Amino acid sequence: MTQRRPILSMPVGLLFLLPAMVFVAVFLVFPSLWVLWISLTNQTLTGEAALRPRFVGLANFRALFDFENWMVRGYFGNALRNSVLFVIGSALIGQAGLGLAIAWAFYRRRGIWRELIYTLAILAWIIPDVVVAFMWVAYLDRDQGTLNAILSALGMGRVDWLIEQPLLSIIIFNTWRGAAFSMLLFSSALATLPPSYLEAAAVAGARPWQAFRDIILPSIRSHIITDLVLITLWTFNTFTPYLITAGGPTFRSEVVSIYTFRIAFQHFEFGRGAAVAVVMMLINLALALVYLSTLRREARAR
Amino acid sequence: MTVIREVLSRVLFYLFSALIGAFFALPMLWLLLAPFNARGTLALEIPRPFTLANFEAVFANTFAMRALLNSVFIAGGTMLVVTLTATMAAYALSRAEVPYYDLLTYGLILFSSVVTGTAAMVPIFLLANALGLVDTYVGVILTFTGGLLPTAIFILRDFVEGLPRSYEESAMVCGATPWQMVRDVVMPLLQPGMMVVAIWAFVQVWGAFLIPFVLLRTPERMPAAIAIYSFYTEAGTPILTLTSAYALLYAIPVLVLYLFVNARYGFRFFGGIKR
Repeated sequence: MTQRRPILSMPVGLLFLLPAMVFVAVFLVFPSLWVLWISLTNQTLTGEAALRPRFVGLANFRALFDFENWMVRGYFGNALRNSVLFVIGSALIGQAGLGLAIAWAFYRRRGIWRELIYTLAILAWIIPDVVVAFMWVAYLDRDQGTLNAILSALGMGRVDWLIEQPLLSIIIFNTWRGAAFSMLLFSSALATLPPSYLEAAAVAGARPWQAFRDIILPSIRSHIITDLVLITLWTFNTFTPYLITAGGPTFRSEVVSIYTFRIAFQHFEFGRGAAVAVVMMLINLALALVYLSTLRREARAR
Repeated sequence: MTVIREVLSRVLFYLFSALIGAFFALPMLWLLLAPFNARGTLALEIPRPFTLANFEAVFANTFAMRALLNSVFIAGGTMLVVTLTATMAAYALSRAEVPYYDLLTYGLILFSSVVTGTAAMVPIFLLANALGLVDTYVGVILTFTGGLLPTAIFILRDFVEGLPRSYEESAMVCGATPWQMVRDVVMPLLQPGMMVVAIWAFVQVWGAFLIPFVLLRTPERMPAAIAIYSFYTEAGTPILTLTSAYALLYAIPVLVLYLFVNARYGFRFFGGIKR
């Protein structure tokens, strides 16, 4: 694009930017810096430490990384392990895998099946949190739930999903909840591929699987990276599993976001809660930097 | 051979479609049946007799109805603030010479990805507490606004870049002030983009649980996402007839907006819709 005279002068432009920037500065930038300070204090909600929080150095972080009972249920290590399994299972394998499978299965296809599945997946993605939570609590119920009704009709035993397999339950739930994003992203990525790519492969005698592996996957590589980074970020931070298992039973499905909530908003230990929040934000920062670097690489390639 | 392979791939395709369709549809069926069942149940059963009594009971519950109104207020308020401020910011980013442009855009993406979820709620709660914004709608709306603005700005910036500059240039020649130009020339042209952002922001806030759950205290101020947990017996088990009817009512605006967006624009995918 040729450089043209800007329509707005710089002062007017800054004036237009101001309201949005004030909101962002107060409710995003300032909290992210303030949390660093809170994490170094013994701030609580009520009592002496609420009015005059004391500086405690790295005590909150040392408590968090206390390797004595690190992996004991209810401690940080356990929550971190659950989060890693939750992200790998529901985001990287579940959402990305299912999203790619659907996008590929309906590549260059139209019709009722495509409409139906895309609509259902999008609905699962946009229905309010508490509503999907109630659906899934009903769906997974031991005695009346639809899933067990199907399993027993197939001659399999009933499973008390939320008690016996809480982590697996929220992994399957979150796969269902978020697959639409990957599906839509990969569909629009595939739609940009010139058809000649695959025709050439077919002429050369490549099997569909070979064409997929050797042509499709490499050509949408940057979309795959973008997708994996974003869904990892969202899945790591999601709070919705709390509405299904509340982290239980006995912390078996307590992921880091639920752990943070429990420390900060149920025990009201804001100092310790802030320390977990800082660790979470550092993990987010690492993911966001990977995302930004792929964005920049794409921008440069364009 | 090719015929067999063709048939086989058809069969596989339908099998795959049916399985995936079932995977997505099965958990939803309960919400379509239970609200019309006189007996509260977690099971999937055809309502016999079919009844609307659950909805009557929910409509008669003033607390639950006010909660829906509260949701409209919170989601609507956030929608207005986000759409207006994001439009102006996106316009400035696209049409003015903004110093540190790259730093600003990358900074926005960075902060909106990092400061999110429960981690963000720890400092935001203390900030709201210090500003006296706990248990106020202003606190809830501004917290949502801060979180949604960066994405809203990027979606709208793409729309602004798609507008021809000639309209604005002739408005300037006619002596319009920058604000008149935005209000009378740019905003009408930008309506589709503003609509997308408004609906997106509304749906995000309408369905959200954590922020009002942490920031609000008074039961009468609670939005539907939290009020839905009030249909409980004294023993602490949910009254499923009312809960399911209320859940369906609460989900309907999202379904209607989805149908509207799908019919009007097609559910197109904006690269960074959740970015």
